[in-house]
Amino acid sequence: MEAIKVDKEIDARGSFCPGPLLELIRGIKSVEVGQTVAVLSSDPGSDRDIPAWIQKANHEFLGRFPGDGYTRFVVRKTH
Amino acid sequence: MKDRMSIILFSGTVDRLFAVATLATGGVAMGLDVDIFLTFWGLNAFRKDQVRTNQRFSADFAEFAEPALQAMQAKSVPHWLDTLRAAQEIGHVRVLACSMTMQLFGWTLEELDPIVSEVAGVATFVEEARDSRITLFI
Repeated sequence: MEAIKVDKEIDARGSFCPGPLLELIRGIKSVEVGQTVAVLSSDPGSDRDIPAWIQKANHEFLGRFPGDGYTRFVVRKTH
Repeated sequence: MKDRMSIILFSGTVDRLFAVATLATGGVAMGLDVDIFLTFWGLNAFRKDQVRTNQRFSADFAEFAEPALQAMQAKSVPHWLDTLRAAQEIGHVRVLACSMTMQLFGWTLEELDPIVSEVAGVATFVEEARDSRITLFI
């Protein structure tokens, strides 16, 4: 995951559904097209929710990286 | 068919208010407009004088009320109204007040939280819900 340059990192650990998704949407809004956002979530629902949102919103899903009790999702803003 | 979710919020208990705020957020996140039609106790929950202090909980699960409310506080779960406001920032969420309930209890729009934008009747709700993809009664 070091290979991907992340422009904005959001720590949403401890936040419940829909918290991490809301944080990601806000994060994507705040960056420029082409930039990347990473969100850290300890909500098990994020595993499906975040990729589903990325697909629906038509951004680029760069990957999910499991950590200790959380997952880090990396997204590129495409539009 | 419109990409819209129409919710009738009848209940005014915190557990259900949380459910509505979460669903509204999921709705706008996934590209739906969300209409929330407040009636009876759902409308009561949006009155300014109690919107932040209401601790009512579904009576069927009364024994869970205290631990659930405490857990929400301990785990810093945002207030349902803040979640609803956040949903409004990312998409189109309209909150309507039932005119019948307003008249019955003598309430005015000024007494309600400003997230409630207008007063409407049942026909308005039905007409909108007619082509919504999802309609819920909570």
